[in-house]
Amino acid sequence: MEVKNSEDNTRIADDVLIQVEHLKKYFPIKGGVLKHTVGHVKAVDDVSLTIKKGETLGIVGESGSGKSTLGRMIIRLLEPTEGKIYFENDDITDLSNRKMRPYRKDMQIVFQDPFASLNSKMSVSELIEEPLLIQTDLTKKERKEKVLNLLEKVGLRADDRNKYPHEFSGGQRQRISIARALAINPKFVIGDEPVSALDVSIQAQVLNLMADLQDEFGLTYLFIAHDLSVVKHISDRVAVMYLGRIVEIAPKDYIYNNPLHPYTQALLSSVPVTDLSKKSEKIVLEGDLPSPSDPPSGCAFRTRCPLAHDRCTTERPHLLNRDNGHSVACHLHDNK
Amino acid sequence: MQQLNAQETPSVEPIRPPEGQEPNKIKASKSPFQLAFARFRKNKLAIVGIIILVSIILISVFADLLATHDPTKSNLLLIENGPSSEHILGTDGSGRDNFSRLLYGSRISLIVGFSAMVFTLMIGTTLGSIAGYYGGKIDNLIMRLTDLMQALPFFVLALTIISIVPEITITLFVTIIALTSWPNLTRIIRGTFLSLREQEFMLGAKAIGASDFRIIFKHFIPNAIGPITVNATLMMAQMIIFESGLSFVGMGIPQPTPTWGNMLSQAQNIRILRNHPEAWIPAGLGIFLTVLAINFIGDGLRDAFDPKSNRR
Repeated sequence: MEVKNSEDNTRIADDVLIQVEHLKKYFPIKGGVLKHTVGHVKAVDDVSLTIKKGETLGIVGESGSGKSTLGRMIIRLLEPTEGKIYFENDDITDLSNRKMRPYRKDMQIVFQDPFASLNSKMSVSELIEEPLLIQTDLTKKERKEKVLNLLEKVGLRADDRNKYPHEFSGGQRQRISIARALAINPKFVIGDEPVSALDVSIQAQVLNLMADLQDEFGLTYLFIAHDLSVVKHISDRVAVMYLGRIVEIAPKDYIYNNPLHPYTQALLSSVPVTDLSKKSEKIVLEGDLPSPSDPPSGCAFRTRCPLAHDRCTTERPHLLNRDNGHSVACHLHDNK
Repeated sequence: MQQLNAQETPSVEPIRPPEGQEPNKIKASKSPFQLAFARFRKNKLAIVGIIILVSIILISVFADLLATHDPTKSNLLLIENGPSSEHILGTDGSGRDNFSRLLYGSRISLIVGFSAMVFTLMIGTTLGSIAGYYGGKIDNLIMRLTDLMQALPFFVLALTIISIVPEITITLFVTIIALTSWPNLTRIIRGTFLSLREQEFMLGAKAIGASDFRIIFKHFIPNAIGPITVNATLMMAQMIIFESGLSFVGMGIPQPTPTWGNMLSQAQNIRILRNHPEAWIPAGLGIFLTVLAINFIGDGLRDAFDPKSNRR
């Protein structure tokens, strides 16, 4: 893969691991007697982003904003409707399942629900061994060593390997999932809300574990969450999604100290503060997320935006770079 | 945590396993199948079912030793005789020993029921897995085929095939039953697969690059084993009934092969029905007990594999 001639393949910069261009996922809505398509749920609507090697990109958004769909498309668990996905220098958008297999060695995912993401009929050692069995030629003994090694890395005991998932707590199961994802030394790992189902005390443990493993193995993370405080802990850059679109993407400090998009501002104001002297004004958003099958015209956020004006109904704002990689899709910042 | 406690309260002895015992052995892990088996063992009705079924299996295996006569040999001097010390359950219309035929009949019923079940299971699992896993056009095709099969009345279809075929052997008979009764199981397995397909561990298997074959056999089937086993068991009971039913109307395994259905069909004769209950009641009881036992086992398996289901 890597020894390809890079003459005509210089599409993406050397330090970029993943590049996504105008990615869309429209789920058809079937209706009527003949089950014809009556509309589309625009789960992801024209998203472009790049992930640099070794960085952690956090994606935040409420339920239904398309963040999980985006993540699953990037590692080709869902077929994109439109757009391109590049991994290192290779276009992986249209690869068949078979051709995709060697790439799967480099990209892994940790799912949200630790009770649904492990096959309950397999023991821990079988679960962690499975990726090794598929993707490597290690002997049985080498695989066993590797499993023990991984168990230790994620903070489980060696004699846990013969247990079954039902014997573990949520946090421990998530550790098993992480061990399974890391077994084949991937370059890129998606955390699809990996701590959302866990207790707050366990969340920190798992986040720290993921951060430690990132340093140790030089991993690149795409970290999906619905909670800005979780993402703050682990991310280098943060993207905020709303109704299938990225509304703001910037290095972590910009997002947390100087949010530009009204939606990001509202999200940040809803994070509970421990320091009561810093009294912040709460921006409470009215109404619900509009239906992704019939998004508002112009700016998708305008129906709930306190600052919406005429232009927002007619023209869709583009994600434009304001300064130093701080991009925002909002008409309010067009002239500044 | 344990270390912390030990430091805080040094006077308390740490709990140690008894002498000479490995600490690991105390909490030996149970796989989900072992857990299911443990639940099954607690189910009294299922155990009763097992006992009955095992006895019937033993009878059919040792029929050679237990039988007092050759079940197919006619004695034209002893037609429709009542019970005697020589023939405990009397003789049938061709002078064959009813008791020996009863013992050998269990063999045919079990063989037909079991092999028809295995055959149907193979067809149903294959088609159901393919339909549930791949979806789309192939799913549509298989499902329309099952619709078609289910729209045809089973009994009429089986009777038609049997009347076309010149000579009926057990193999042929099993094939006919299997070929006409796979749609139900196919639907059940497809449904199970559809519900499993959307689970995250399936996506996880895909994400590590598992082949379709591996996904179906390592991830789908072990998780669908509950519904598959339960339905297979209950289906076996159904197959035994089918065999008896077809034999009763004279379209089953032909005479003189002893089957319970063939023995029951004697009761079509009003004289035997009235005067010789000993000739047909035991065969009916045999069918009844076998089917009941299998159904008990099936229910026990259902509870064992799915503890959340209603236990009543």
